[in-house]
Amino acid sequence: MAFMGDMMNPAPFWQNGPAPGAFYNFPGNSSSFGPSNHSVKEFKAHSAQPITTTTTVIGVKFDKGCVIAADTLGSYGTLARFRDCPRVIRVNDLIMLGSGGDYADYQYLKDIIEQKIIDEQCIGDGLNLKPRSLYCWLTRVLYNKRCKMDPLWSNYIVAGIQDGEPFLGSVDKLGTAYEDAAIATGLGAYMATPLLREGVDKGNLDEETAKALVRKCMEVLYYRDARAFARYQLGVVTAAGVKIDDVTEIAHNWSLAHMIHMK
Amino acid sequence: MSSIGTGYDLSASQFSPDGRVFQVEYATKAVENSGTVIGLRGKDGVVFAVEKLVTSKLYEPGANKRIFHVDEHVGMAVAGLISDARQIVETARSEASNYRSQYGAPVPLKYLNERVSMYMHAYTLYSAVRPYGCSLVMGTWNSYDGPQMYMLDPSGVSFSYFGCAVGKAKQAAKTEIEKLKLADMTVKELVKEAARIIYLVHDELKDKQFELELSWVSKDTKGRHQLVPKEIATESENLAQQALADIEDSDEGDM
Amino acid sequence: MFRNQYDSDVTVWSPQGRLHQVEYAMEAVKLGSATVGLKNKQFAVLIALKRAVSELSAYQKKVIPIDEHIAISISGLTADARMLSRYMRTECLNHRYAHDAPMPVGRLIGLVGNKMQICTQRYDKRPLGVGLLVAGYDDQGPHIYQTCPSANFFDCRAMAIGARSQSARTYLEKHLNSFPDSDLQEIVAHGLRALRDTLPNEVDLNTKNVSIAIVGPKTPLRICDEDELSRFLTLVEGEERRSGSGAATGDTAPAQERDTGDDREPQPGVAMDTE
Repeated sequence: MAFMGDMMNPAPFWQNGPAPGAFYNFPGNSSSFGPSNHSVKEFKAHSAQPITTTTTVIGVKFDKGCVIAADTLGSYGTLARFRDCPRVIRVNDLIMLGSGGDYADYQYLKDIIEQKIIDEQCIGDGLNLKPRSLYCWLTRVLYNKRCKMDPLWSNYIVAGIQDGEPFLGSVDKLGTAYEDAAIATGLGAYMATPLLREGVDKGNLDEETAKALVRKCMEVLYYRDARAFARYQLGVVTAAGVKIDDVTEIAHNWSLAHMIHMK
Repeated sequence: MSSIGTGYDLSASQFSPDGRVFQVEYATKAVENSGTVIGLRGKDGVVFAVEKLVTSKLYEPGANKRIFHVDEHVGMAVAGLISDARQIVETARSEASNYRSQYGAPVPLKYLNERVSMYMHAYTLYSAVRPYGCSLVMGTWNSYDGPQMYMLDPSGVSFSYFGCAVGKAKQAAKTEIEKLKLADMTVKELVKEAARIIYLVHDELKDKQFELELSWVSKDTKGRHQLVPKEIATESENLAQQALADIEDSDEGDM
Repeated sequence: MFRNQYDSDVTVWSPQGRLHQVEYAMEAVKLGSATVGLKNKQFAVLIALKRAVSELSAYQKKVIPIDEHIAISISGLTADARMLSRYMRTECLNHRYAHDAPMPVGRLIGLVGNKMQICTQRYDKRPLGVGLLVAGYDDQGPHIYQTCPSANFFDCRAMAIGARSQSARTYLEKHLNSFPDSDLQEIVAHGLRALRDTLPNEVDLNTKNVSIAIVGPKTPLRICDEDELSRFLTLVEGEERRSGSGAATGDTAPAQERDTGDDREPQPGVAMDTE
């Protein structure tokens, strides 16, 4: 594991200091600072756009848990390229994760998170990752990558139960993180957020109304967002666990399409 | 061991005149002082049982387990120095994790065993390190290969086994294991046998307290390694105690 | 020169499968003054006996805070303990930074154990000559852990380490079953009695030579100040001292600095507790 380092050459116990018999190298002297000490190899260009992308994820809190939903379309630019890109997963009994943005970056992080859970199960001390911890960890990872000018081009919604209370938080590719009772990422941030907030502001949502609200949002997004898709996943997390439904399809109706005239 | 004390037994990187590496043999000795560990490979899975000796009343029950999870599907039971063993468990876990990250599939036990063996063997080659003072038993089950089990020595040697025992009472335990028809037995049956054998070989005069640890990985657990559920473990333990009491009764009868 | 042929390096196994260098490192723990750790259902408590090196010196610190929810008390080489405590603090900070949550105590101890093991297997290193008692509180309640130079660690219901700690362990074993249902005052009193059993007759516990650390639910780690110490000390003040403990060795106070070894623990047959 990472913290073990190289077994045959463990890190020295005495770090940040001179080797036995050597002298301290005081920082700030001319030999260790300044651009002349950085080789050209240290400067590199990074990719700066996502490739295969997914669109909105939405999440909302209700009295006893959270709902999140996301469609399953993977777009290649404006081309609707992949029709089955699931991106709502169960992390453990009390955490669910949804993602939007670059699909490969999401898959990369998903593998790491799944390994994190396996590592934890191997320790076998009965302690489980909590949603706030995963949310914090994701923030650190994404912010760190962004600071290297090499971001993972995706955003995440973490939903779960934190010490008995529903938790809903979002992290974007820059490492910007916030918690809220209703979150929508991507284009949905502009179109679904008002709908979700309206529902939340009405007062205590229960599971069924929350699900209905999210389904309504998915439908609106499908009609409005050119990168959205009719098939979507919907997951619910409560103290009883995580339940992610099979992919469902919006019953769409384009009879109003004759109203739309292209210029 | 005629070469003991002649100075050819102080380093892992030195042969004795008769061609032995004594430091490795001595490390094996540390394993033989440890509580007994057995591994049984039945027709639908592998069962581990450990006699964990408890040296003080002040310790929490269940502390310092000797059965570890290496990955979801691989279990490991260890005999010998527990601190050494934990290091190997870490290595095995990172091997399993690397494999999963590279190939997106659970690590095959055959491959994992090879890697861990190589790692342990590396510690028998240099004077700057000492060989590990522990032996390990690893096991798994999957639908393609069925049950598999390996035992690794401090020397870095490993073999696949149907049944194996290591630690203080390995001889007595092996004798008992040989009586079993392992290939025909299910893990549910084996877990009872494993408990019985550990109780049987435990030396009450030398080591007073011990805890029995039981785990399995089988078809029923869907190939996941897990501790044997409490009810089944307690039942097996009660049966083992009963069997032991019966033997003692009949011994007295003979006298 | 050597006690036997096989004790020159930590990389040498004896023919009996023992590691003498590691065993010797275990002896270093017994050179430090005693410290006791115990817990009830909510609180974990450390009680340590401090020593002054000379008349003019202050009492040497024995309890080191690690994080809001973990403290250690040390016995053995203080410098080694400081290195370990720095490592533990860093790990706790990193865990808080990455996971916005306190480090689970058992996991921290696991990391420490793995770190300590490395230097029991390499020619160019020596084992750390310090034993720790770790008191901590996490989602699974209070914990007392003991760590050894052999890189072993133990999840304990109660424990005492250091010079003459056998008497304290005897006391703890005797009262072990009453700890879970005791209140905070009672377990501190038990701890103080256990610690007092390690003292020679003419020395007693006072606010200068005792450290108490407490941690529990909604109780961030607290190292008691003098007022609280004296309140706790009055709990056991004037009680009859148990005879046949540390007192029976008849050591005078200065001699106590050196562990005379007359109350050594029964040595396990094997260096690193293979059992």
